[in-house]
Amino acid sequence: MYGCSDEPWNNPYPYNQSRSNIYYDVFEERPKHLDPISAYSANEYVFLGQIYEPPLQYHFLKRPYELTLLTATKIPEVEYFDTDGNQLAADAPAEMVHRAIYRITIRPGILFQPHPAFAKDEAGNYRYHHLSKENIARVNTLADFQETGTRELTAEDYLYQIKRFAHPGVHSPVAGLQGKYILGLQELSEQLAEEHADNQHEDGYIDLREYDLEGVKILDRYTYEVILKEKYPQFIYWLSMPFFAPMPWEADRFYSQYGMKDKNIVLNWYPVGTGPYMLIENNPNRRMVLERNPNFRGETFPQTGEEEDVVNGFLRDAGQTMPFIDKAIYSLEVENIPAWNKFLQGYYDVSDIQSDSFDQAVQFNAQGGAELTEEMQAKNIRLLTAVTTSIFYMGFNMLDEVAGGDSEQARLLRRAISIVVDYDEYISIFANGRGMPAQGPLPPGIFGHMEGEAGTNHYVYQWQDGRTVRRSVKEARDLMVRAGYPNGRDSASGRALILYLDTPAAGPGTKALFDWYRKQFAKLGINLVIRATDYNRFQEKMIKGTAQIFVWGWNADYPDPENFMFLLYGPNAKATRNGENAANYQNPEFDQLFNQMKSMANGPERQVVLDEMIEIVRKDAPWIWGFHPVGFSLHHGWYSNAKPNLMSNNTLKYKRIDPDSRYEMRKKWNQPVLWPVLLLSVLLIISIIPAWFSYKRRERSAAL
Amino acid sequence: MINYILRRIIYAIPILIGVNIITFVLFFVVNTPDEMARMHLGQKHVTLEAIDKWKSERGYDKPVVWNTAADSMGKFTDTIFFNKSIRLFVFDFGQSDNGRDIGYDISQRMWPSLAITVPSLLLGLLAYISFALILAFFRATYIDIWGVVICVIMMSISSMFYIIGGQFVISKLLHLVPISGYDSGFEAIKFVALPVLVGLIGSIGSSTRWYRTIFLEEMHKDFVRTARAKGLSEKVVLFRHVLRNGLIPILTGVVVVLPMLFIGSLITESFFAIPGLGSYTINAIQSQDFSIVRSMVYLGSVLYIIGLILTDVSYTIADPRIRLE
Repeated sequence: MYGCSDEPWNNPYPYNQSRSNIYYDVFEERPKHLDPISAYSANEYVFLGQIYEPPLQYHFLKRPYELTLLTATKIPEVEYFDTDGNQLAADAPAEMVHRAIYRITIRPGILFQPHPAFAKDEAGNYRYHHLSKENIARVNTLADFQETGTRELTAEDYLYQIKRFAHPGVHSPVAGLQGKYILGLQELSEQLAEEHADNQHEDGYIDLREYDLEGVKILDRYTYEVILKEKYPQFIYWLSMPFFAPMPWEADRFYSQYGMKDKNIVLNWYPVGTGPYMLIENNPNRRMVLERNPNFRGETFPQTGEEEDVVNGFLRDAGQTMPFIDKAIYSLEVENIPAWNKFLQGYYDVSDIQSDSFDQAVQFNAQGGAELTEEMQAKNIRLLTAVTTSIFYMGFNMLDEVAGGDSEQARLLRRAISIVVDYDEYISIFANGRGMPAQGPLPPGIFGHMEGEAGTNHYVYQWQDGRTVRRSVKEARDLMVRAGYPNGRDSASGRALILYLDTPAAGPGTKALFDWYRKQFAKLGINLVIRATDYNRFQEKMIKGTAQIFVWGWNADYPDPENFMFLLYGPNAKATRNGENAANYQNPEFDQLFNQMKSMANGPERQVVLDEMIEIVRKDAPWIWGFHPVGFSLHHGWYSNAKPNLMSNNTLKYKRIDPDSRYEMRKKWNQPVLWPVLLLSVLLIISIIPAWFSYKRRERSAAL
Repeated sequence: MINYILRRIIYAIPILIGVNIITFVLFFVVNTPDEMARMHLGQKHVTLEAIDKWKSERGYDKPVVWNTAADSMGKFTDTIFFNKSIRLFVFDFGQSDNGRDIGYDISQRMWPSLAITVPSLLLGLLAYISFALILAFFRATYIDIWGVVICVIMMSISSMFYIIGGQFVISKLLHLVPISGYDSGFEAIKFVALPVLVGLIGSIGSSTRWYRTIFLEEMHKDFVRTARAKGLSEKVVLFRHVLRNGLIPILTGVVVVLPMLFIGSLITESFFAIPGLGSYTINAIQSQDFSIVRSMVYLGSVLYIIGLILTDVSYTIADPRIRLE
């Protein structure tokens, strides 16, 4: 079979796909949720982002990240009202705002993907909404339903999805957060929980259309308003996330039928959207397949971007109708080595760079810049780097008696440790240089982040000759003396200072890291004890607030400083409020500024407040600021429009593949090499010859 | 024999109960339902309400083994232990913590496992027996000595080396088969070829040595000496007498692993991206899906017991002198 074709033998795909306009990628872990109300992980958004369409999206090319239209006709402008119903100015103080109203108008003519939930019979009744147990017993997958239908997207579909936050049978990780802001959502949640047993249909379906939600008003077929209980400017970012994508009631009705769940035919498994792609195969044991949605309205590639986008070719498709790719196949690859080798063979279009293949792919030039190795350049592989909107830090538990607290002694101790824990070195050793030392909580690309001297954390670094230089160990030791720990000994008791780092990391690979941590603390004479434990125990310690020092990280939900500063906001303390403030940091001045900053629009005034906040936390040093990881990704030359966009999750529609070029390269790179097999066979035959003669000799030999 | 088999099945019940209890206890010692909920709900914005809801939806909000609030039998049946473990005895695996039907997943994923393990077993038997016979035939010659040395070297090398080395040489350098992946039908052949070959090479050292020992033992028995004394050719002695009698311990050794073929191989499936039950178990352990892990442990125990019973039965078939009482 192989010999009859000129296809490479090691091609893992069917040969009829070779010249097809298909994008190939990997997924490492099966997505837990494909229901947009529940999903909140990057590996889920890879799929959901292409299927569901919230009203807004991030501009593909512009930086800093900017919201633009998806299904909405214009960016919603918020209107504020006081308790008497009087409209307030856009910059009205938060305490005066009683209601904030976002009015969203969507485009007419948008259609849902073909789906059996919309199929109707000749009489106009839904064909699959009242299936008998026998009918359901006969189906195993969604594809077993022969008929499909569609209908136009309306504002009601957005309302239905927002009501699903309150559905007692659906878990949304942000339901509590949204309930805090959207008028009446919390009340609806309580009402539904109460009436769950009485008001549902016999098959378990709760028709949310029968319930009113005070905080969402339908103005006409294409317009709806979301009413918030207070000023919350970050709400607009949520309108670009799948949580706020439309959900047709027909889908909920269809999937809620008895027996569907037993067959795994659920919304969490088979999404229903209006986006450019639809999920046609969901086999997380092997592959997930997205295919072009035939009902997709078409969307044009952005016509504007950044200056260098023209040079980099990212505007070559400006004004063209998207999507460009017909199908996307994501294959399960649990191990890195096979995935990496298949990328090099041309069977995946893009790849991350894992530590074990980093040296093969990337080298650093004399200026410290990352560039591809000759091997990668010979294959016309391209490298893209981007600082992620995330932070990886080492935190002090502020409830701890030694390392935490608001005393000057503890503050100086933390600042001394911040100097000696050399994250520049960490990045070099453990992250292959893929990181940018953090000067505070805000990563680049987030409003409030400052570059240069203005952005330097002067408690840890100095600005010298146009660059940041880490303060010396001697300065850190001086701080230790001032803190009452000369040479790492408590001057009061004379005892050596012992600190504890709690970490869920374990295994032989972490030994070097643990040694490095100990070495950093030893610069001050501090004996660091690593308490490595499993993930669950570690979580338990964090929740109870019993860890002393820990390592943590955060990835932005949306590009607003509030999404990072709230990690240090007192009322969000993890130990007392189960919030995201893992260090349990509390500073009334910071908290007051946070409340002020979160409702301000980006501008010089907000920058001033942010600068004050950053100065407070740099001084208090509840975190050693760690670093902002830099994402390195590779792609082949036949893959274009690959500009990294770390906020968007719906970027597949922008990508383009040249299948003919890929086909030729795959053939060139994967010609079967047969001579070693032939050589081995010949050697085997040669080795058998003396054995054969020996056998014949024995046969002929006589017994004694 | 039927009485014997029935007795063995009855003996199996307390063993399975013990396995069930140990699995349950171990998992609950390591993980509380709260921790499982946190693991599944992710890192961000996990509220106490969400944890309670997760537990309630999956029945983890009930008492562990004894429900004092329930009536009569409910005290025992309305508990986590009954719902999560006792139902396994009727092969009701229930749903995974992610809401998937475990029974359906097992029925789907056992075929890729079998696609690897069955050819590995059959081809392996053929290869190991052939090599062992050659070594036994050339006993005490340079072929035997070097054969044993190579076997010892091969059995000393980690299976991981064979997997990574096989992928590197066969797929990356020679471009003969895909490096990983799986497909159904005839397309599966090109994906299973490498894992089968790697599995075969990885076990050739230990298996060949073991079989060689068996054959050598047979070759020193009286009936072989008699056969030679009768003037039978070495070929006839080897295949008709030594091989036949040597196959008895080999076959019984094979029968015991037959049911376990369904379970697949944890490492091989993971490295070759084979969507079988081995990778299913590994993924479940990594994601702390207790429901899947207990199901797979239980299934493994049942299959192992079946394997042992089949071994006993196979003795009577292979050796007429043996009677099961």
